[in-house]
Amino acid sequence: MMAKTLYDKLWDAHVVREEKNGTCLLYIDRHLLHEVTSPQAFEGLRLAGRKPWRQTANLATPDHNVPTTSRDMSAAGPISRTQVETLDNNCAEFGITEFKLEDIRQGIVHVIGPEQGATLPGMTVVCGDSHTSTHGAFAALAHGIGTSEIEHVLATQCLIQKKSKTMQIIVDGPVSSGTTAKDIILAIIGKIGTAGGTGYAIEFAGQGITDLSMEGRMSLCNMTIEAGARAGFVAVDEKTLAYVKDRPYAPSGDLWEQAVENWRTLHSDKGAKFDKTITLDGTDIQPQVTWGTSPEMVVPVSGKIPELTEATSALQAESWQHALDYMGLQSGMPIQDIALDKVFIGSCTNSRIEDLRAAAEVLKGEKVAANIKLAMVVPGSGLVKRQAESEGLDQLFIAAGFEWRQPGCSMCLAMNPDRLEPGERCASTSNRNFEGRQGQGGRTHLVSPAMAAAAAITGHFVDVRELS
Amino acid sequence: MNKFESFTGLVCPLDRANVDTDAIIPKQFLKSTQRSGFGPNLFDEWRYLDHGEPGMDNHLRPTNPRFVLNDPRYEDADILLARENFGCGSSREHAPWALLDYGFKVLIAPSFADIFYNNCFKNGILPITLPTEQIDQLFELATNDAALELSINLTTQTIQQDEQTHWSFDIDLFRKHCLLEGLDDIDLTLQHVDDIKAYEKKRTQQAPWLFTQNH
Ligand code: SF4
Repeated sequence: MMAKTLYDKLWDAHVVREEKNGTCLLYIDRHLLHEVTSPQAFEGLRLAGRKPWRQTANLATPDHNVPTTSRDMSAAGPISRTQVETLDNNCAEFGITEFKLEDIRQGIVHVIGPEQGATLPGMTVVCGDSHTSTHGAFAALAHGIGTSEIEHVLATQCLIQKKSKTMQIIVDGPVSSGTTAKDIILAIIGKIGTAGGTGYAIEFAGQGITDLSMEGRMSLCNMTIEAGARAGFVAVDEKTLAYVKDRPYAPSGDLWEQAVENWRTLHSDKGAKFDKTITLDGTDIQPQVTWGTSPEMVVPVSGKIPELTEATSALQAESWQHALDYMGLQSGMPIQDIALDKVFIGSCTNSRIEDLRAAAEVLKGEKVAANIKLAMVVPGSGLVKRQAESEGLDQLFIAAGFEWRQPGCSMCLAMNPDRLEPGERCASTSNRNFEGRQGQGGRTHLVSPAMAAAAAITGHFVDVRELS
Repeated sequence: MNKFESFTGLVCPLDRANVDTDAIIPKQFLKSTQRSGFGPNLFDEWRYLDHGEPGMDNHLRPTNPRFVLNDPRYEDADILLARENFGCGSSREHAPWALLDYGFKVLIAPSFADIFYNNCFKNGILPITLPTEQIDQLFELATNDAALELSINLTTQTIQQDEQTHWSFDIDLFRKHCLLEGLDDIDLTLQHVDDIKAYEKKRTQQAPWLFTQNH
């Protein structure tokens, strides 16, 4: 039998039918929904008089638009409130389970799926959100979809798809301590570019990857989309199984045993062929900081903003110049000289318990620097928040001068009142440094939680490994 | 979805790489629960000099004269020419909705981001990929004084400027068929209800844990 990649296995297990031209109907096991991209899909369903094909495959929660200062939607303004109420009404009308705003299980959709065991190995997982790639950490085939496809999945439990090419990214390990999953994925994006993975499904492998915790693998897969690939994943190992076990939606008893037997096959076979393989040396990867307006504009914290002469094309030099103008920075400037106004720890990339622990560890006994106007922590879910509070992390953050908020997407995309003012500069653990992403005119630098915490106490970027 | 018909239209050159969907339609406009009405806020942060919010009267807002959409030469353009990795970032379908609502029916670039590319077809927009040299050539033509008009023919997969100047493009045949016929994906898929049910039956035996709710 031909050696299969993990992607082949996931794909083959979900093909409902295949047309001669290779277009497939692919079955979807788990569909996650949130308030921003779903209203028009539900409306379409209603207009056509259709019902969800399989109600229990869906799970919804409001996250993008919710206020983080309280759980009262009126704090977010009438338009946002309408959107969240629309989700509530749609879920009630169509019989879909929703973790509402007051529910302790509410949170960022990509945090709660795995947390609940609603994301399982071997599943196909989709959501109207590009960071659905996060769930690939569980050897699931997971990717973002648009609103028309949300409606399609609701109505048919399937998607019309064509198979992607495969890419394997090997991070030879071990990575040095103080280097996190966030740094690994930023280094990968720096190497292959934001379009490097376009058209591919990426499997991450190597010791640098297997050494990561499940939280780390989620941060890694989360940003596959920033490398241009819709889906990224990691093979199943003992860590995967240990994480999933006893979660509310996970199987138990005999079913668990049966599932585990199946899940243990979720890896690429020996000798499986990839369309492309890229290898990075883990020991080379340092903590990373983005300097521009695309995640590929990234350098190690010890580095400098590149000179335009280092660009590989005139077009790239032009976009670098454009980014520098927007960011208010100059070529050749050391990263550590960049002073900050705000610090944001949160988002589906870095708001899990391990992220909060890493940041809190750096902050112990320290204070936020005087030039930092606002430092905030937004836990990924109500359960993450509760766990952090039971460990006393909230007190550590507050003592250091951070604000401790309610779960949601918050300043990752600034749809709610949490945002940067024009010209403000932020160290952010989120995933996109696009122009205006965190507020019009706002300047975003992407970093790991530990690096964000270190920047908070020094007021500028600093190598977190040199702090202790 | 409307059928995609051949047409001749004006080209607007947007000379930027990695144009992301946040730029195409900023997040504050995603609060709408409708599919239409996004056109006036297409590229809002580049097009206007002030901060836009839903419900504002866009005619009263100061526009950025340096942004190409505000160049009178490109008023009423229906073809958008851009650089590589167009539509990267967020999966928001509001991006193609906004482009369509503004009047763009065809997008031409060296490459598109996957999710965005897919979303275009669901809304009757034709995204055309051409090699970089041809894109360079089109940018040159479009930025010359004379406004560039192109005829787009999906059936023959050609772009034509005049008798001598034309280009051909590749497209997935199934997607082409759906665009030309204006087919609805859900209707298509529901022709295969029996296949879906058969799959579920087989899968329930192979992987029963996927079909039990354990909470
Ligand atoms: S945290 Fe940010 S990236 Fe993640 S789902 Fe929310 S808005 Fe999207």
